[in-house]
Amino acid sequence: MQVTRQPAGDAGDLRVRQLRARQMLRGELEGEDLEAYVEERVLMTRLEQAQAWARANALFPLGFGLACCAIEMITAIAGPRNDLSRFGAEVTRASPRQADMIILSGRVSIKMAPVIRRLYDQMLEPKWVIAMGACSSSAGMFNNYALVQGADKFLPVDVYVPGCPPRPEALTYGVIKLQNKIKQQPDLGWRERYQSYGTEEQSA
Amino acid sequence: MPDATGLELIAAEVRDKLGEDAVVGTKYAHERAVLEISPARVHDVVAYLKEGADEPFDSLMSVHGCDYLPEEPRLGVHYELLSKARVERLALKTRVGVDDPALPSVVDVFPTAEYQEREVYDMFGVVFDGHPDPRRILMPEDYEGFPQRRDFPMGGEPVIFTYNEDEMPRWYD
Repeated sequence: MQVTRQPAGDAGDLRVRQLRARQMLRGELEGEDLEAYVEERVLMTRLEQAQAWARANALFPLGFGLACCAIEMITAIAGPRNDLSRFGAEVTRASPRQADMIILSGRVSIKMAPVIRRLYDQMLEPKWVIAMGACSSSAGMFNNYALVQGADKFLPVDVYVPGCPPRPEALTYGVIKLQNKIKQQPDLGWRERYQSYGTEEQSA
Repeated sequence: MPDATGLELIAAEVRDKLGEDAVVGTKYAHERAVLEISPARVHDVVAYLKEGADEPFDSLMSVHGCDYLPEEPRLGVHYELLSKARVERLALKTRVGVDDPALPSVVDVFPTAEYQEREVYDMFGVVFDGHPDPRRILMPEDYEGFPQRRDFPMGGEPVIFTYNEDEMPRWYD
């Protein structure tokens, strides 16, 4: 079998574009040509939108698991089949100082709640929370003395992912939902919603 | 498991060595041998079965609590022993009242009992005298009450199901 190699695009067209870029950098393009070049090459946006786009597409989750959902979370984030890095959210950070997002993957016991709240307070703003699974959303089937009845009792939760545990696709969908939320509305207004001023961790 | 006769032999041996009051009774049901012992003599019986007997029960597999609410005394503590020499298991059961739930600790005989006695204290409030570190183990340290007692409120939040919709008017408030 003979293997033929196709050139990537038209070689002549590439050469033309190279020459026009050189002319632009030298300041030789003027008038209509310059207008056409700018229209073709430059994307206009607002700073807030660009910032939100960057934040949404480099969402670092905190490497943190609570219970059985954590196993599902690992397969959803790092597994080869459901690789979350396709959507720019795979770099799990071992330190809350470097993380943007915390995924509450599992049941939240009343003994664990202060720990989670502390981790959340240590994260730098802007920060987001995904409640993964029935337990962290509403305590699920554990309607008893040992668990916090829903993690939103002590944290502002942005996205709830139902399921017991959720499928990896469901968690991926939740992360994409969160990304869309970040892209559309950079100021999520949760401090107003929960009247939670003064909970920012102060530097010593 | 020792059979019913073997259980009576163990009970007679313990009574012979430690006195009549050590063993309250025996129970053999569903191929499980249970030696009911008096709460004050728990340490003596466990220590004898581990160290004094010819074929010792040398492993403590589990210590757990139980709450028999209508009965008195209410709280039960069970010790599951295993003898590798006899290839037999034996359950020791004892009862303490809820007013003064105190038992001698067996940590000096079986070090594995340390965490399990802490758990029994955490969940049922049985105090083990002589325990080296008698703190709660599962619940937060400032938690009040003993949640596995049967008169402890269930906690959580009322949830509406189809069978109790009528009992919870304005449940959404």
